Amino acid sequence: MKLIYEKSQAGRRASVIPRPDGLQAPEVPEDLRRSEAPRLPEVTELELVRHFTELSTRNYGIDTGFYPLGSCTMKYNPRVNERLVALPGFAQLHPHQDEDGAQGALELEWRLQEILAEVTGLDAVSLQPAAGSQGELTGLLLVRAYFADRGEGDQRRKVVIPDTAHGTNPASVTMAGYELTDVKTDARGNIDVDDLRAKVDEHTAALMLTNPSTLGLFDENIEEIQQIFHEAGALMYYDGANLNAVCGISRPGDMGFDIVHINLHKTFSQPHGGGGPGGGPIAVRDILEPYLPVPAVVRNDDGTFGLDYERPKSIGKVRGFTGPFGVFVRSYAYIRMYGPRLREMSEVAVLNANYVLARLKDAYDLPFDRLCMHEFVLSARNLKRDHGATATDVAKRLMDYGFHPPTVYFPLVVPEALMVEPTETEMKETLDAFCDAMLAIAGEAKDDVALLKDAPHDRPVRRLDEVRAAKNPVVKYGFEPSAVAAES
Amino acid sequence: MTHPFLALTDRDREEMLRTVGVSSIEELFRDVPGGVRLGRDLALEPPLSEQELSAHLGDLAARNADTTRELSFLGAGIYDHYVPAVVDTVLQRGEFLTAYTPYQPEMSQGTLQSIFEYQTAICELTGMDVSNASGYDGTTVTADACYIAKHATGRTKIVVTEATNPQVRQVVKTYAPGFGLEVVEVPHDGGTTDPDAVAAAAKGAAAVIFQQPNFFGCLEPAPDIAAAANDAEALSIAHVDPMSLGVLEAPGRYGCAIALGEGQGAGNVMAYGGPHYGFLAARQEFIRRMPGRIVGETVDAAGDRGYVLTLQTREQHIRREKATSNITTNQTLLALGGLVYLTWLGPQGLREVGETCLALSAHAKARLRERAGLEVLFSDRATFKEFAVRVGRNARDVIRDARALGVHPGYALGRDYEGMDDVLLVAVTEKRTLEDVDRLADVLAEVGA
Repeated sequence: MKLIYEKSQAGRRASVIPRPDGLQAPEVPEDLRRSEAPRLPEVTELELVRHFTELSTRNYGIDTGFYPLGSCTMKYNPRVNERLVALPGFAQLHPHQDEDGAQGALELEWRLQEILAEVTGLDAVSLQPAAGSQGELTGLLLVRAYFADRGEGDQRRKVVIPDTAHGTNPASVTMAGYELTDVKTDARGNIDVDDLRAKVDEHTAALMLTNPSTLGLFDENIEEIQQIFHEAGALMYYDGANLNAVCGISRPGDMGFDIVHINLHKTFSQPHGGGGPGGGPIAVRDILEPYLPVPAVVRNDDGTFGLDYERPKSIGKVRGFTGPFGVFVRSYAYIRMYGPRLREMSEVAVLNANYVLARLKDAYDLPFDRLCMHEFVLSARNLKRDHGATATDVAKRLMDYGFHPPTVYFPLVVPEALMVEPTETEMKETLDAFCDAMLAIAGEAKDDVALLKDAPHDRPVRRLDEVRAAKNPVVKYGFEPSAVAAES
Repeated sequence: MTHPFLALTDRDREEMLRTVGVSSIEELFRDVPGGVRLGRDLALEPPLSEQELSAHLGDLAARNADTTRELSFLGAGIYDHYVPAVVDTVLQRGEFLTAYTPYQPEMSQGTLQSIFEYQTAICELTGMDVSNASGYDGTTVTADACYIAKHATGRTKIVVTEATNPQVRQVVKTYAPGFGLEVVEVPHDGGTTDPDAVAAAAKGAAAVIFQQPNFFGCLEPAPDIAAAANDAEALSIAHVDPMSLGVLEAPGRYGCAIALGEGQGAGNVMAYGGPHYGFLAARQEFIRRMPGRIVGETVDAAGDRGYVLTLQTREQHIRREKATSNITTNQTLLALGGLVYLTWLGPQGLREVGETCLALSAHAKARLRERAGLEVLFSDRATFKEFAVRVGRNARDVIRDARALGVHPGYALGRDYEGMDDVLLVAVTEKRTLEDVDRLADVLAEVGA
């Protein structure tokens, strides 16, 4: 398919810009004036709409079909949320509007904070972080500020992370200026408590943990882990990527965590948008509230809502304004349609995952044979050993059956990992069709492995050469005939 | 009653529990120790139907004075530019809206090709060689650039001009302790920054960050500031308004190492501050230090052109603690909005929007001077779409009084700058008309500014 730039013809346009009568633009000083126009596409609006419509047909979303991408919680995104976020009172509201002109927006933010405090079992919430990984960094900056305030800033330099963690955790540790301590996973898929005990001491600032873990397993020793950290005077950070498993069942605050980030685009249905936007609010125990980003959204004594910048111990700002407001509108709307029934959401997410797991565990290797939570990790190492079929091959062949593949090769502790998260919004017929496909593929690996190796067969492109892309990076259009044929 | 977002019937549940080999849903949670269970219902308000929800959020939205209800001249980083209908048309396609990060390129050519086209558009606007797939907003991409500068130069001082957006400076300062960086500010001199002052501060610095047009709306001597940074072998980082780049020079043309900024004005609604996209583009030499996703061109098994996420060894899921950033979810859908908008504009449209902003804001300056008797601050400096005026008394009071008459006249600069309590920052985009400008002047005259 052609690039939009390859459809461009000088002289075509889609826009008409108002030009007020009789006004002349003042001259821009010559050394600051644009010397050569940017080569933006020149197309009609029809050509524009056709181009992006065709591109959309080369994509696959939740609306297209089943999308069991582990760790990403690809659940249905209710369309009423899109209508609500587009209301002029939300969409056309300037973020510097005075507080008395933004009471509805501030109330919505305040209400969402209250809800997230209840769901996480913690005391105070900042909505500001733009995504989970920024929530992590914000949380670690709170840890820094807290220990600096207590005179323990130089002493506590280490953050403990299990080897199953999302890559964002260690990356955030480095960005926050901390040192990483890795801790192992035991034979049941829990944190290795003995390894942990040996590594936690007066130099430890915090633990970062996902629970249930990226293996989809609830850590059975969470109470002991909590004890180890709090006795060492360290804090506990909860990566909320997997919160969809435990809403209304077990709250991070009840598990002993002091800081939590919530991925609004996972648990609370902000559409993923091909890679964002997200939302990464953090909830904290009261001892950390003074350090939260400014401004805080508060309810005043007279019942109005406002922004509080007077937080002398605040770490500052991590993003503009109060955060990605449109994301808050959608997630608030989503939660209000559930209320306390969020518990059923998590229950069905866990049932769906266990059902798919039960149907697949004989055909694929199961590294930890336990009931799972909202997701589980299988391994294709048996197919690789016996037939030479890898997790990638299984993933690509699933596309032929019309499904988006699971997350592959993560977590790193499981070879040939296939991480499956069905979510609660899928019906049993869909789960069965997916299981049938996975079982059929395991059979094909044995009978005709080429079917897997050559897959996908029906997508707009065949398998792509990622090594070539990285070796000689071409990251923008060259405005001359491409090295590769432009037609496809 | 089954919740409408849940798809299992009672019979489904029974069959599925049987297959799993447990007798109840409760049993599925047996690994969760009793001591950490909630043991009660969440204390949340009862569920709302879609209809009830719409009424509730409609009430909340109605309590906001948005720009369809109040004539607004607010800017200060977020701008009321026109967003055409085609942006909504494209962004509401479920295949874009409900997909995630294109880890599986065969399922995601739509997202991948559009990001490649976006990267091209950003490189064209800024005159740079490489753009990432987007960052969170204009503040966080600036912090990201400091991380690039630290590693590229091995230095730890960041110089930022005081005339750079205060929120951008705040975010850089928040990130700085974690990065091991110190931040030094260079004061403005009559509304713009003195390149000699930058040269003095830039000695031993990792980067010099400046904004063009700056926070006061004034045009900085950008080529001289960039040269001062480059002479000190610090990275010159231009924080630019994409909507100005049809009429103002591309940072790549005057020697900047990195160009970045807030993308909102180009294709996103204001939405009380987000979600928007931040863009980040750099010269080729920094390609392997870039944070976040980058899409590259390649071929498939049949030799046909296709697109993939590339240079992933920079990223957290591969490199973990040695990654160039922790970012994963970015702002792809908003960046797609930017691409659609820039395509709708084309090169002529972008230039014309810039010219209309220039013309209308110059007109507004004159009107406020003549009709409302206000003093334009920094009047010898060239501006783009925003400018500062003295209103003779506390600007916050003037804003309150003007709003009572249905006009939001701008941003109170005293919030961020000492000695500017009586200064208003007025933004005039192409959405404003000659009549709107007259009304602003009349209202400011009436409230005794």
